[in-house]
Parts: sequence; C-alpha cells; structure tokens
Amino acid sequence: MTFSAFLFQALNGLSTASGLFFIAVGLSLIFGVSRIINIAHGSLYMLGTYIAYTFATHIDGGLGYWGGIVATALIVGVLGALIEIVLLRRIYRAPELFQLLATFALVLVINDATLWLWGPEDLLGPRAPGLRGAIEVFGRQLPSYDLFLIFIGPLVLILLHFALARTRFGRLVRAATQDREMVGALGVNQAVLFTSVFALGALLAGLGGALQVAREPANLATDLVAIGDAFVVVVVGGMGSISGAYLAAVIIAEVKALCIGIGVVDFGFVTVNFSKFTLVAEFLVMAAVLIARPYGLLGKPQAAVRSIAEPEEPIRPATPMLKTLAVIVLALLMCLPLLAQSSPYLLILGIDVLIAVIFATSLHFIMGPGGMHSFGHAAYFGLGAYGAALLVKWLGAPMGIALLVAPLAALAGALLFGWFAVRLSGVYLAMLTLAFAQIVWAAVFQWEGFTGGSNGVIGVWPPPPFDKSWVFFVLTLLLAIAAVLLLRRLLFAPFGYAMRAGRDSVLRAEAIGIDVKRVHWLAFAIAGGICGVAGGLFAFAKGSISPETISVGRSIDGLVMVLLGGIQTLTGPIVGASLYALLQDTVMRQTEYWRALLGIIILVLVLAFPQGIVGAAAHLFGKRRAP
Amino acid sequence: MSELMLTVENLSAWYGAARILYDLNFNVGRGEVVALMGRNGAGKSTTMKAIMGLIAERQGVVTFNGGDISRLKPFEIARRGLGFTPEDRRIFVDLTVMENLDIGRQPPRNFPDGTPAPSWTPSSLFKLFPNLAEMPQRLGYRMSGGEQQMLTVARTLMGNPLLVLLDEPSEGVAPLIVEQMANTIVELKKEGLSILLSEQNIHFARLVSDRVYVLEKGQIHWQGSMTDLADNLDIQRAYLTV
Repeated sequence: MTFSAFLFQALNGLSTASGLFFIAVGLSLIFGVSRIINIAHGSLYMLGTYIAYTFATHIDGGLGYWGGIVATALIVGVLGALIEIVLLRRIYRAPELFQLLATFALVLVINDATLWLWGPEDLLGPRAPGLRGAIEVFGRQLPSYDLFLIFIGPLVLILLHFALARTRFGRLVRAATQDREMVGALGVNQAVLFTSVFALGALLAGLGGALQVAREPANLATDLVAIGDAFVVVVVGGMGSISGAYLAAVIIAEVKALCIGIGVVDFGFVTVNFSKFTLVAEFLVMAAVLIARPYGLLGKPQAAVRSIAEPEEPIRPATPMLKTLAVIVLALLMCLPLLAQSSPYLLILGIDVLIAVIFATSLHFIMGPGGMHSFGHAAYFGLGAYGAALLVKWLGAPMGIALLVAPLAALAGALLFGWFAVRLSGVYLAMLTLAFAQIVWAAVFQWEGFTGGSNGVIGVWPPPPFDKSWVFFVLTLLLAIAAVLLLRRLLFAPFGYAMRAGRDSVLRAEAIGIDVKRVHWLAFAIAGGICGVAGGLFAFAKGSISPETISVGRSIDGLVMVLLGGIQTLTGPIVGASLYALLQDTVMRQTEYWRALLGIIILVLVLAFPQGIVGAAAHLFGKRRAP
Repeated sequence: MSELMLTVENLSAWYGAARILYDLNFNVGRGEVVALMGRNGAGKSTTMKAIMGLIAERQGVVTFNGGDISRLKPFEIARRGLGFTPEDRRIFVDLTVMENLDIGRQPPRNFPDGTPAPSWTPSSLFKLFPNLAEMPQRLGYRMSGGEQQMLTVARTLMGNPLLVLLDEPSEGVAPLIVEQMANTIVELKKEGLSILLSEQNIHFARLVSDRVYVLEKGQIHWQGSMTDLADNLDIQRAYLTV
C-alpha cells in the first residue's frame, strides 16, 4: 500500500468515525446521568434512517433532504422523551438488568413497527443535494459528502462540549452524572433533567441515522449493528465521556480502514487477508483497551449509585414442596416420549426447551450468585456447538466423543476469556464478554475453510438409536438434570458461598481469605463448560449449526430467560428458559410481528413487576414490611 | 419559641428489613439552632435523610413552614426552603467551586409573615467563607476536607433556605475549621436561619445550640436546653461519651 493510499484510507476512516460518534455519544450521555443502558439506542438510530428517507423522497430538493435531517433529529428526540416519560421513569429504581430487559423489549417493538411502516426492503435514499460530487484527494476521488461528515462529527463534539461546560443544563448533567440524589436534594427536578438528557441523546442518534441516508440504505438490521458499535465506542472511550466517544470512534474507524487498506499480505509461510479482520477489529480494540484501562480511555471509575436497588436476597436450598414439585415435573417429562407417535412436535419442542434450560441455568450461575452479567454467553454455546459439529465433520467422530468435547471446547474458551473478564465488573465486564462473543462469532463467520463460514456445518445428525426423537429427548433430559444438579451442588458447597461472598463485597471476601478473582474465574469457566453441553446438544438436535445461531441474539435470549424467571432464585432460570422458549415458539407461529408481541409481553411484565417477578412474589408473600 | 419551622411527629425509617428510627417527635423553632446528639449509629443522619425524603421506607408526619412535606420528593422539599448538607459532603468533585454553587441556586424566598429570608449570592458567601473566595475555579476533588465542608454548606445556602439540616459539620475537619464552622453557624442564626444540627461533639454543640435532643438506637432518650445538658454529666456519660 502506498503512502497516499494509506492517507486516503485514513480520511475515509474519519468520515466513518463521525457516524460512530453520533450513535455512541447519546448513549454515553444517557448512561452517565440515568445509569440506564439503553439498548434501544440503536433502534432510535435506525428510525432516524427511515424517517429521513421518507422526508428526502417525499419532499424535493434541499428542503426535503437537509430540512428532513433536522426534522428527523427533532422527531426522534421527542420520541426519546416519550419513551423516558412513559416507560423508563417507572423503572429507575428497578435492578439494572431489569432496565436492560425493558429497553431490549423496545428494540423488538421498534423493529416490528418499522417493518410494518416501511416494509422489509432496504431503502436507499437520494444523494445529498449540493454534495453529490467528489473532490480529488491524494489522487483519488473522495465524495464531498464524506468530507462533510468528517467535519460535522468534530463540530457536534465541540458544540456538546461547550453546552456541557458552559450552560446550567451542562453543569446539571455533569453533577447528576456523579451524584443524582444530591442534585435532587438541592432542589433540581430530576425527572425533567432525565427526560431532557434522554431526548438529547435520542436526538443525536436520530441525527446520526439521518446523516447516513445518503451513504447506506435504511435496513432493518441496523438497530443491533448500531447498538453493538455504540457499546464498543462508549466502552472504549469511557462511559459518560463525550471526548472519549469521539476518540474511540476515530481509533476504531481507523483500525478498520487500515485493515481494508492493508488487504492481503503474504508473510511467506502464511497469507493473511486483513480485510477479513474488519468484523472483529472493533472488538479486538475494545478487549485490548479494557484489559489495559478498565474504565475506557477517558473514563473514570463509576461513582457508586446510591440507594437504588435492594441488596440481593440470599438464595435458599429447595424446600420439600419445591422438591416434590420438581419430581412431579420430571415424571411428567419422562412420560413425554409416550406421545412420540401422536404428537412428535412436542418432543422437538421439549428438546428445545431443555437445551434452553441448560443454557439459561449456566448463565444464571455466573449472573445471579456470581454477579457477573455476561452479555456474551453465546460464545460458549457456539464453542460447544462448533466443537462437536467440526469434530463430526472433519474427523467423523461418534456422537459420544463429540458431546464430550463440546463442554471441553467451551471450558477452554471460558477459561481464556474469563481470565480477562473477571478483572472487570459491572457494565465493563458485560461489554468485554460481549466482545469475546463477537470475536468467536466473527472467527466462525470468516474462517470459511474450516467452519463453513456463513453456511455453517450441516449433516450433524445423531446416529441410531438417537435419531429417534424420543431417545434424543431422554438423553437431553438426563444431561439437563445432571447439569442443573451439578450447578446447584456447587452453589451450596463452600465454593458457592465464596462466590456469593465475592459478589456481595470483594473487599470483605478477600479480607477473610477468599481469592475472589480466582473463584469467579473458575465459576465463569464452569458456567462456560456447562453451556457447551447445550451447544453440543443443539448441533445434534438441529443437524446443523451456523454463525447466525450463535450471534448476539442468543446471548440476549439467555439474559431475557434469566431475568424473566428472576435472578435471585435457582428455579428462576429453569422457569424463565421454559417460558421464553415456549413463548417464542407459540408466539412466532401466531403472527408475522412476533417480535413486537414478545416485546410487549416483556414490557407488560416489567411494568407490572418493576422489582422482578420474584421480587413481586416476595412482596406478595409478605416477606417484607409494607411501608 | 414563637413559631415552629419544623415539626416531626412519629418519624420512623427502615433500611430494608432493619428498622432504624422509632417514632421520633421533635421540633425546631424559627431562628433556633437545635442539635440532634448521639453516638455513631444512633440514627442522626438517618433522621435528616428521612426528613429530606431520601429514605423511601419512612413513616410519620413532617411539617415544614406550615406545610406537610412527609410524602414529597427531595427536590420538592428543597424547593420549599429546606436545605440539607450531608455528613459526607457530597460535593460534585468534577465541578469547580463556582459550578457547585450554581447547582444549588434557587430563587429568593420569604418567610410566611412576608419578611424576606436571608438570600445569598456567591460573593456574599465568599465573605462568609473567605477560603472559598480564594479558589472559585478549583475543582472539587482538589479541595481539602475542610474546604469541601465549607463548600457543601455554601452550596446549600445558595438555595436561600429557611432551615438547614446540617449533618455533622465538625466531622473529620481540622480544629481551626471546626472553630470557623461554629462561627458560621452563629452568623447564620443571626441572619434569622433555623438550623437542625447533628453532632457527637458536645464541645462543638455547646458553642452553637439552643436546645438538644439526645438519640440512642433510633429513639429520643433526653431533651432539654443546651445548658441543662452541659450540666448533666449522667446523660453525657450514658449517651455521648465514647
């Protein structure tokens, strides 16, 4: 690559960076003040692209395009304010993860609303009036719109910076980022402050989306891509830091541009195509930054949020009643194979549910008692599934060996990733686990020669007698029972007590001689290994495995399952996984808009039980004094 | 006592399942400095937070300046003219002195009888706290404990309160600052402000308070004038000295 080509790529990177900055900065502002991780932020960005498209195609000329961009930003800002007032305001006191669940439900609803309003096709907007040309830079053509983007990013950064530094609103935002309760005690109405910050963040997301219309088509998959990018940028830059967001956007965009620029390099012994690294580049950057600077480049350790959620209730051993119930449920499940002839679909569904149970229970093991909120549990599902499937594909291994290797592959991965992850906590840990999951996903996706790339691995069918669905069901049931009982046993062993002690107070646990990092690391690895069992079973149950089935969507499914059931009980993940798997199956077959329906169900649950279903049950049974 | 500014009736508070306060009854008159005294953990800070609406699980009736504030949100209570300076100061460390003062700013207000309440500006506060006048642009985290203590009081005064809840102003600051703080309280009382002070240190409380309520395990065990408490060594030994 020549030097001028290198510089040209760097310019390209800067225009991409502006786009990333717009998505990320609003998320960062909102998190700083409200401590809500707004997963629906990518959806607001996506709405920006669609609304701006509509303006640009229905109103001619510069007014439709440029006026449309401004109008879009305002509309999305108002929408953001409405979301805050109607939904989020009711759940500020709910546990952090419950807020995540609510905003995730919004993602589902907004996505289907967009599908309903604009249809499934990609919509390519017109090019920007006045900026259709290109200018010559370093002997190449740089679209003038890209040049415009290069400048608009830093311009907005400077405007925001001054707004935060010089206005009363900015001072209030900065003060509330540190201690919002004290701001309230000084007479500031937090509700108004929160709403305006949320509206501003949404406005910036809408603006970012609108500005992309001339470059990329509006697309229904934008929401998750955008939120993934935004998370990475915010975490790399440091939560709450807007300059950090721009810096991170530039670094990530430049690394990507560089990967494309370098292209294929022959090292003599091996040829590496660097452009394939674009998918993982941002996650590699994030992993590296988080390991070196746990709070991001320009971030500070988060101030503890005061008096928000109640401390975790201790988990209790199963009561005799619960044990009886479990035996009854198991007996019923054992009867399910009798229905193999009359309703074969029931067994298939049963297998799906049991796999979900193993997946969710292993995730709960680190989330609940461990306090480690993994956003990337799909990685270990994927390692297990691909470990088993590839063994069958390349070595023709029998199913028994493959199912043995599945947890080992996942365990190895979890040992490696977990070593880094347990060094962080809270949101940063969540983001690092997400990064690792994306790295696994991208590796599988890009390494076509070995993993089959986007086609995945097919023909992973179980050998007889397991090809009969009732036999496979029994196998899955036995493994699920073993997995659940093993995890339970561990939780009531000294190891489990140490793990919970480390969750509740690292300092105090270490003072009594517990090596918290080591305990949490082991827990992370065990959870990963068990999750690998679910992955292995999944590959054989479906006969195939593809990158799509191990994408970020699966990690989110796991979170939803655990949260639905309730994070403070051990039966929670089992109930949640069953409920979610059944719900997904039944709802999906009812309507084209199953996402919206699922989202609305989740929203109703969240609003009806703002302390979680389990918390609501605890209140109902009068464990606490009614104030 | 001509006129009551703050009346607390049967105030109780909980942290989760743990009950901290048991049916407290006390009051503060206009222009009066009242001390809540007791050892660490007696419930002094919890009382102040409960009055301020910062503890969700609370019961009882709090009347301030003639209005019921028991179920109001903290910002609504602050806007009625009740100021709060927490014991851990909680200044905004990423903001400068001037910016901290600005966060506390509220419009001037009057007493119910129409007389204007003391009203403050940064420059009048800088006269009260000359140390702060030397560092208007200093960031909070670069300030000493004593300077932070002054800033937190000044920040509350920017809201032009009628009554200030002053939580342990003498805690963890140098003796010179303690003395300055005592002078400030006397100064504020002269301006017509009412103050509810929480304190463990009887020497400090003596300098400034008119009346005292003694707390132990969330209950009031003694009440009376400051001079009576100063003479009553039994009560001091039972509830105050360590």
